[in-house]
Order: sequence, then structure tokens, then C-alpha cells
Amino acid sequence: MLNIAVDEPNTTQLLMGNEAIARGALEAEVGVATAYPGTPSSEIIGTLAAVAKEFNIYAEWSVNEKVALEVAAAASFSGVRAITAMKQLGINVAFDFLANLSLPGTKSGLLLVVCDDPGAISSTNEQDSRHIAKILDLPLLEPATPQEAKEMTKWGFELSEKISNVCLMRSVTRISHARGNVVLGQLRRMSNKAHFDTSRKPYTTIGFGEGAPRYHQALHQNLIKIRELYESSPFNWYIGPERPELLIITCGSGWLYSLEAIEILSLKDSVGILKLGTTWPLPDELVSQYMLKAEKVLIVEETDAFLEGNLKELASEIKPGRTWTFYGKTSGHIPFFGEINPDIVINAVANAFGLKYISRDPEYHQKSQEMVKKYVPPRGVQFCAGCPHRSIFWAIKDALRLDGREGVVTGDIGCYGSAIGPTGFYQLKTMHSMGSGTGVALGLGKLGQFGFNQPVLAPCGDSTFFHAAIPALLDGIHNQSNFIFIFLDNGGTAMTGFQPHPGINRNAMGEPARAIDFKSLCEGLGAPVEVVDSYDIKAITQKLLDMLQDEGGTKVLVCRRECALIRARRKKPLYKVHLVSDKCMGEACGCDRFCIRVFKCPGLIWDRDARKAKIDEAICDGCGVCVDICPHSAIVREAN
Amino acid sequence: MSLQHKDPLNLIITGVGGQGNVLISRLIGQSMVDSGLQVTVGETYGASQRGGSVASHVRISKDIQYGSITPEGHADVILGLEPMESLRILGLYGSPKTFVVTNIRPFYPLSVATGEAEYPTLETTKQCINELSAKAWYLDASAIAIGLGAPLLTNMVMTGAIIGVKLLPLTQDMFEGQLEASFEKESLTLNLQAFRMGLAALH
Repeated sequence: MLNIAVDEPNTTQLLMGNEAIARGALEAEVGVATAYPGTPSSEIIGTLAAVAKEFNIYAEWSVNEKVALEVAAAASFSGVRAITAMKQLGINVAFDFLANLSLPGTKSGLLLVVCDDPGAISSTNEQDSRHIAKILDLPLLEPATPQEAKEMTKWGFELSEKISNVCLMRSVTRISHARGNVVLGQLRRMSNKAHFDTSRKPYTTIGFGEGAPRYHQALHQNLIKIRELYESSPFNWYIGPERPELLIITCGSGWLYSLEAIEILSLKDSVGILKLGTTWPLPDELVSQYMLKAEKVLIVEETDAFLEGNLKELASEIKPGRTWTFYGKTSGHIPFFGEINPDIVINAVANAFGLKYISRDPEYHQKSQEMVKKYVPPRGVQFCAGCPHRSIFWAIKDALRLDGREGVVTGDIGCYGSAIGPTGFYQLKTMHSMGSGTGVALGLGKLGQFGFNQPVLAPCGDSTFFHAAIPALLDGIHNQSNFIFIFLDNGGTAMTGFQPHPGINRNAMGEPARAIDFKSLCEGLGAPVEVVDSYDIKAITQKLLDMLQDEGGTKVLVCRRECALIRARRKKPLYKVHLVSDKCMGEACGCDRFCIRVFKCPGLIWDRDARKAKIDEAICDGCGVCVDICPHSAIVREAN
Repeated sequence: MSLQHKDPLNLIITGVGGQGNVLISRLIGQSMVDSGLQVTVGETYGASQRGGSVASHVRISKDIQYGSITPEGHADVILGLEPMESLRILGLYGSPKTFVVTNIRPFYPLSVATGEAEYPTLETTKQCINELSAKAWYLDASAIAIGLGAPLLTNMVMTGAIIGVKLLPLTQDMFEGQLEASFEKESLTLNLQAFRMGLAALH
């Protein structure tokens, strides 16, 4: 049994922040759970989907975040509590609907969890999504521990119902992906009958005289109500002396870092911490009360100076009029970019006290840094052993070189985005948001009238295609843009943990689903479609060369082969791959370690003693592709 | 030698994406939670989860929940699934008081394959680790796992090894109980076997 489904109230489990959010939703009688997967948010709906049948939940991997929010809103309109989760980039996709949903509002509890990725560990940006709460006048919650994430989730549904609107909860990687002790509460199973009341006024701002400004006004009245609720919220608290020399105001991951910082610096008697869980709108009275106790204030938060800016705005109105010395992002004590960590907070606090913090013996520090610099190279991103993307990008590289017209490859979001670097032979030249590679390709393909004569290739993953590339592909086919759309079909949403998408014949809950046939879809649109095996370098290269000859409109090449990680879970390796040591000429070969240096599969390593290539049996996935690239046929494969 | 009374006790499990350090950090963490401790498990990544460095910070305390990242110089124990990663973590979080238990089988970074960087010899890696730690133990856990027919079991062999050296407030029985609750049939047998071989190797 999954530990989020344990029906033993008051016992403790070690839960990931995202699992704690899922557990909170179960304890709050959630009915509908939707998402498009995206790190660091995926485990919330993934976990709920795994227990969906047991708890009578409808869980869905939606085609994208906007649809996920629409599905959740439909549940809310019909009296069923719903949760939707997304990464920071996903909320941009959902934003259009959200900005319309927030005006007429909702009915049953609707919680939107957005998981930000400070430091952009698994993202193309490190956007701070909290601003969206302020833009749309919606309430914002920020949990500081997995336990709090569970409690806030439960309360978020109640708050949503009190104000008849969406509640936003912002998590970050260090909360969503951290595990901590979580004391379980009572599980509840959804029992409401879903019903959409057609006699109430429609959910829209249009057509009934009131108009959007009237709804906007109501949102501002809502903020007053939310602020009142926040003033006595159990998610805000203060620890420290009555008159602290320094007041830290923090939220989210900053809470435990701040606590540890004052413990390490032995400043518990001089520093107070006001920990806020309700960060928009601010509970003005509570914050003012503690700010008036201190002269110096340090604000600790992830990414932007969101809390800092709002606190300064509030400070200008606190009576009696006072001034404070503020430390934080504007003062340079906490960086404006990247992720915060305990050392940043320790140094910021030490600095505010004029102290110099030394983390460890300086001699040790210097020695360790020298050794790491000398002996420990960075570990760059690379395709896994057996990854079908490696052979596809190898073929793309070969085809474009043979074609010789400086072909442009536009990239997209997914594991294959790594082809921007050495593992994909530096083939990608652009990469932005989901699906944007296809849009950019179609734009390039229409530049012929300005003398543009380079071939254009748009590789796009299966899940990314359904999420956001369909409109651009239709546009390209309709406008007869000259580019090749390469569909990388690896049988799932590999980057985020192999979630199914509309091209797969089962859904989030493991039930049978109708798989959308990509090939027929494209043929229906009138585009020529060819299908090849992703491991077949020769076939892909040849098909691309053939397509490059023909300059009439948008063409589609489907490269099909299951993700090596998905395959390894279910089936034996395709081949036993050996290196015939006699045939490998090693350093004497003119290839200069071609298989290792150029092909770069981690399963191929250099044997320092024998001075020859070698297959690393702990890593080799048995795809057999390297057999085709050795100039001396020293690598052989045997079917398994 | 034991760190059973150190509070917080900071264990960092390090390796390369795909080696299964997240799984063992969860099992080790849950075993400690079951014995009444407060545990936080955080992860830090390098460039990517695909072939990149991954470290799990397991922070154990009798009464406080700690943050998910260990401050610089505060690692008490490093459990390495890959030798170079153990050295990298010493550089970030080590001190002269840090203990290291590490696998010796390299997983070469891309920069080594391309010839831009060189992977240090095992002797050099050991020398550096010895110099930067209070004590270090080395084991070819990958060889044991390959011997069992599943290189992915390297993580279980190393978990056995760290329990074998008795640095953590975690016993063989506690961890085996956790394995029994998490795996079934052949998978349980294999994991138990790998765990016990690691335990015996450094007992």
C-alpha cells in the first residue's frame, strides 16, 4: 500500500512534500485531481492517481495545464472538490483560463498548487509564480514543511469555498521534493453527488450587465475577507525574544534555513523569526505588531523579492510612523536569482550582526576545493544508455552534413532538449517553451521569399506534441511551410516519470483509454508521413535526405522506439552487446576513440590498461546501436 | 565509533542519476521515522537527473525537523554509490570529522568520454577521500551487484555496508523490516541478498 493511503490517524509517515499535499487532498474529500506532469509538481497527481479507485477519485493526466484547470473547475462548479497541480511554466499555460475563472469564481473547493523551481534545476526558467496571486487578487499559501503542506492543502479547500474562488498554493522544489515526518489525519471518501445548477447566474463576466469591473471590485472585497482570516491563521507564527535585535520574516523553505542559521550562530536570544504561511494578501496587523518590536528586518524567501516588496509597502503605512533597516534581496544579503540555501541565510544573518561566519577549517576548505577542482569534473547532462534520442540526433547530424545547406534544428521541451549539448551532438539551435520548436520551425519555413534556403527540422516529443505543438503543426500544414516535423515517439512522458499521454492506450488511473493515432492524425491533415525505428540510424538518415530533396510544404517523420528506462522495467535488453577485443584497434585506430568520444554512450568506456574501448556491463542497455557506428566492426550484438 | 548521539546527524547519499539513491534514502529515512526520530530527506542535483550528480541529504534528529539541505561542512556521513561523487560531496559538505563509505566503481561523466577531462585513478580518489575524511571504507559494490545479476542492486549492497560499519542509529533488523514492507517475492529476496552481502563485506 502507498503510504499516503495508510488509514491510521495520528501515526507518522515519511512523506515527500508532494505526497503530503496528495494526502491533504484525501483528508479533504477531494473528488477530482488533474495535471499535466512537470517537475517538481508531478508526484501530487501521480500519487492521487495511484489511489484513485480506492478513494473514488477521478484523476487525469490532462493534455496540458489549461485543460487540467478547466477539468478541475468543472468539478468545482458541480459541487465536487478539485485539485490541480503544475510547475511554474505550466501556470503560464493555464493563466488565460485562470484570469477568466477568478472573476466569476467557483463553488466547491478548488486548489491550484504551483510548484516553482528556484535555481531552474529542471526547468528553462526560475519564475516566481507568486506574482500571479497578486495580479489576479487570489489568496496565496506557502508551506514550509511537508506536514504544513498537508494541513494547508486541507485548509485551502475550505478557504476556496469561503470566498467562492480559486486558492493558490506555492511550493518550491525543496518543499515538494523533500521528505519529512508527517502525522496523518482522518481519511475521507468523496460522497457528494455532482450537479451543475443551471438556475444560478452563469459563470462568466459577459452579458448580464455587471461586467468585469464589477467582478474585479468583488475580488478586492474578497481580499479584505481573506486578510481577516489570515490574521489568526495557524500557518503564521513567531518565535524569539520579546524585543529581537533582528527580526527575520520568512516563508516556505526559508523557515527551516532561518531556524538552523540562528542555531548555528548561537543567536537564539537576539533574533526573532516571524514565519508566514499566508503571503498574499499579507495579514497586516500581525506583521505590523512584530515589525514594531524590531529595528532591523531580514526577509528570507525564494526567487523574487515578493514578500520583501509587499512588506516594504506595508511598512510605509504602519502607525506610528517608523523606519527600519531592511536586509534582503534589495540590500544584496539574499541573492535575486538562483536557489537559497542554509549557508546564504547564515551569512546574511551574520552580516546583519557584523559577524564573520566560518563554516569549516579554512585549511580544509582550501584543500578540498583544490582537490575537487583538479580531480572532479562536472557531470554534464547526457542521454541514458540505450536512449532512442541518441540515434535519432546522430542521424539528424549525418543527414544535415550530407545535405550541406546549414540545416536548422529547432528544439523543444523534454529529455531530447539535451541535444542542445554534446550528448545530442549540439544539434538544437533554439529551445523555449512547450511546443515552440514547431512554431519557430514553421516561421523559418516561410522565409523563402527573403532568400532563406536552409532546411528546417523540428523534433518534438510525443507528450509535448499533444500538449502544445498541435496548433503550430496545423498552421504549418495549412500555410504550406517548408519544414520537417520529427515526431519522437518514446511511448510516454519520459522526462517527468513516464506518465501516459493521449497517444497511450491507458489513462492516469491505469484504465484502458483510446490512444490517439498520431500517424492517422497527420495523414488526415494531409501531410505526408513516414515511420522509422528510432534505433535505425541508416533508415532515419535516408528518410531525412529523401524528405530534404522535396521542398513542398510540411512533412512528418515518426521515429518510434520505447524510452530505454520504460523498456528496462518491462522487458529484457534487446541484445547482448560485446566488444571483440582483437578487432578494436584502440589507440592505434585512426578513429581516435570514435565510439566513446563522438557517439558518447555512457555504456561505452575506455579501458586504461588495455588501451581499448570496452562495454560497461553495469550501464549498457543492449540497444545495439553502437554496432553500426564502429568503423572496424569491433562491436557485435547477439539477439536476446 | 558511533554517531548515534550526534544531533542533527547529517547523512548524505550520493551518486549518479539512475543509481537508486532516492529509493535507499527513503527506506533509510522511513526506518528512522518508525523508531521515533525526526527525519528530513532532501535532494540536490547537478546539471540534470539524466546522468547528472544526485545527492540525498538525510537529516536525523531526536526532536527537530531540519531543512532539506545540509549547511557547508556539516556532513557527518557520506554514503557514495560512485567514488568521484563521494569526493565532490566532501568538497561541498565535508569536514575533518566526516566519515565516508563508498562504492569504488566509476560512472564516467560525459566530459571524460569526450576527452575534455580525465577520471582520477582509484588510488588518487582514495588518497583524496582519506585526506578529507575522519575515516573511509571502500567496497566494489557494483561487482557484488553484477554477481547477483542486477547492477541496479548496488544501492542495496551499499546500504548493507553503511549499516555494517555501525555509524547510524539503524540496525539490520530495522532495515530488513523496511525492505519486507516495500518489496515482494523475488524482488524482496534479491534486495535482501544484496543488502546482506554488503553488510557482511564491511561488518
